Amino acid sequence: MQVDMPYASASQPIDISRIETPLLLRMYRKMLEAREFEEQLYYLFLTGTMPGTMHQATGQEGVAVGVMSALRPDDYITSTHRGHAHCVAKDVSINDMMAEMFAKREGSCRGMGGSMHLTDFNKGMLGAFAIVGAGIPIAAGAALSARVRKSGQVAVSFFGDGAVNEGTFHETLNMASLWKLPALFVIENNQYALSMTVAESSAQPELHCRACAYDMPGLRVDGNNVVEVYRAAQDAAARARAGEGPTLLECVTYRIRGHARFEQSAYRDAQEVERWKQVDPIERLGAALLREQRATEAQLEEIRAEVVRLLEDAIAYAKTCTDVGPEDYLAYITDETGG
Amino acid sequence: MRRLSMAGAIREAMIQEMQADSSIILMGEDVGKFGGAFHVSHGMLEMFGAERVWDTPISEAGFTGLGIGAALTGLRPIVEYQYLDFIFCAMDQVVNQAAKIRLMTGGHARVPLVFRGPQGATGRGAQHSQSVEAWFMHTPGMKVVCPSTPYDAKGLLVSAIRDHNPVLFIEHKMLYGAASPGGGKAVSDSSIQDIGQDVPEERYIIPFGKADIKRAGKDVTIIATMIMLHRALAVAAELEAKEGISCEVIDPRSLVPLDNATILNSVRKTHRAVIVSEDVTRAGVGSELASVIGYEAFYDLDAPIERVGCADTPIPFGPASEKHAVPQTSDILAAVRRVLD
Repeated sequence: MQVDMPYASASQPIDISRIETPLLLRMYRKMLEAREFEEQLYYLFLTGTMPGTMHQATGQEGVAVGVMSALRPDDYITSTHRGHAHCVAKDVSINDMMAEMFAKREGSCRGMGGSMHLTDFNKGMLGAFAIVGAGIPIAAGAALSARVRKSGQVAVSFFGDGAVNEGTFHETLNMASLWKLPALFVIENNQYALSMTVAESSAQPELHCRACAYDMPGLRVDGNNVVEVYRAAQDAAARARAGEGPTLLECVTYRIRGHARFEQSAYRDAQEVERWKQVDPIERLGAALLREQRATEAQLEEIRAEVVRLLEDAIAYAKTCTDVGPEDYLAYITDETGG
Repeated sequence: MRRLSMAGAIREAMIQEMQADSSIILMGEDVGKFGGAFHVSHGMLEMFGAERVWDTPISEAGFTGLGIGAALTGLRPIVEYQYLDFIFCAMDQVVNQAAKIRLMTGGHARVPLVFRGPQGATGRGAQHSQSVEAWFMHTPGMKVVCPSTPYDAKGLLVSAIRDHNPVLFIEHKMLYGAASPGGGKAVSDSSIQDIGQDVPEERYIIPFGKADIKRAGKDVTIIATMIMLHRALAVAAELEAKEGISCEVIDPRSLVPLDNATILNSVRKTHRAVIVSEDVTRAGVGSELASVIGYEAFYDLDAPIERVGCADTPIPFGPASEKHAVPQTSDILAAVRRVLD
């Protein structure tokens, strides 16, 4: 039984009032970039030209883009095994990401991380931690560091509905609230932890309610409404920056694809997947932009075409990059540089 | 020069480094208000304040992760475990995160982080007594340091704090030489004459991967760590005095990186090796050192390598059983005699 998401309904249009058009167009573009990045990966895996595995966040792009739109470029995030969209939204270079997927030296992790560990410290992307729940305390540590250094930065941890049952969730939210750390904890509730539904794994499936145990605000928003996510994240980030402590933000969304690469999701109803495709976050924002005459169909088409070219270029670029060599890893086990 | 206990030397290293570098913080259970369960951080909260000395809830995985996040973003945290047995609650953060982040980011990440805490059998039963070093020697990306004297502890901890990688800094409860904050008697070992040592007031570095020959000798090489180093020295003194047998006693000081050269040079001279450590013998420190010696110096050996370690058992509470399980001077003496046979 999936979460009955009252907000995620095609009949409820996205409210884009009081949001500047350039920001909305940027959100539209970023969500498309994340989608297209993963669609291209899927194709590359099908053709057998890409090593490793990957986890797609198709349909969940509104969460990453909505939250990131509310952050400063120097704010920190931690991500998960399903982290491509977070990287795209945090402005990690698509070329660097694609090169990493192809295990190239020019990749964002020099070919040492791969899909599940995409990272870019220059963009505040502290890492994709592929052990469920592991990134939660690491983000809080970045928040603690920001506080000690008085940098005014905020740290956001993205994690799935499965992660709330890891001990690190409990331990970290308690400490973060106790110390009023400038942190934001984003549950990307895509309704499934591989095959397990939220109701099957959490005694209280209203995950945002857990915030009350830590004396912090807990909100549930429509994760397929990028603007609603953005507004909630803005409030939470402002609160964190003001020294008022962390927020737990549950974004209800849906994983359109399987858990990983070619996983077929036999545990769920095809009708359910189709229903969620009707509330696609990209199409909903596009419809709102057209309805409110913030953009023309031609403009949106132009963005779509640019994104396709961006990915074509990224793949072409990655193919020209240098393969990781057999002994490359030896330089990265420990850091023996001085200073 | 002043005499300092091990606890005093560790505290001084932390204080002096924290005074010199504002990015260093200390966090752990009862490290602030209480001054640490073994008094190691006594007075540091008052000295540095609550933004530098963090009393954490009992959340080892959580505060370890916080330490990692802070290390990735410009701080140099020292994370204390009240007993190193508790680090197992944070195993994912230490092994899967801290130790792997640098490699999996292709060297972009730097994780300057010290994990420190006490270990060793001291009558506290199975969950407050074990020796953890072998677990982390098996974790690439980490360094493992195990001082046996106050002088070494200070210099090695300064190195650990300045290192850019996760370092496990292991302290032995019986070597602290400090009374508990509750005023209880300091835990000690009758085989150790004086736990205090002259320690220079100024900061100094002892680099990792430099073993120290604590006693020069020519007949047998004994490689020993932490409290076992002191027991080995007692055995060496007795053998020399009573029988004229000359033991060379080497303290590796860091297990990762390991100073193979000093150990191998000694074995090539004495042709006999005894390895003594308190951790469980099976797949332990002795296994690793024996493999290094066996592979590199096989033809120099006149006798099989002896490993003296803890029995393959959780540490039992009963004093007689604990003593039987953990290596004593008599066990070391017997091993030395075997290699001399």
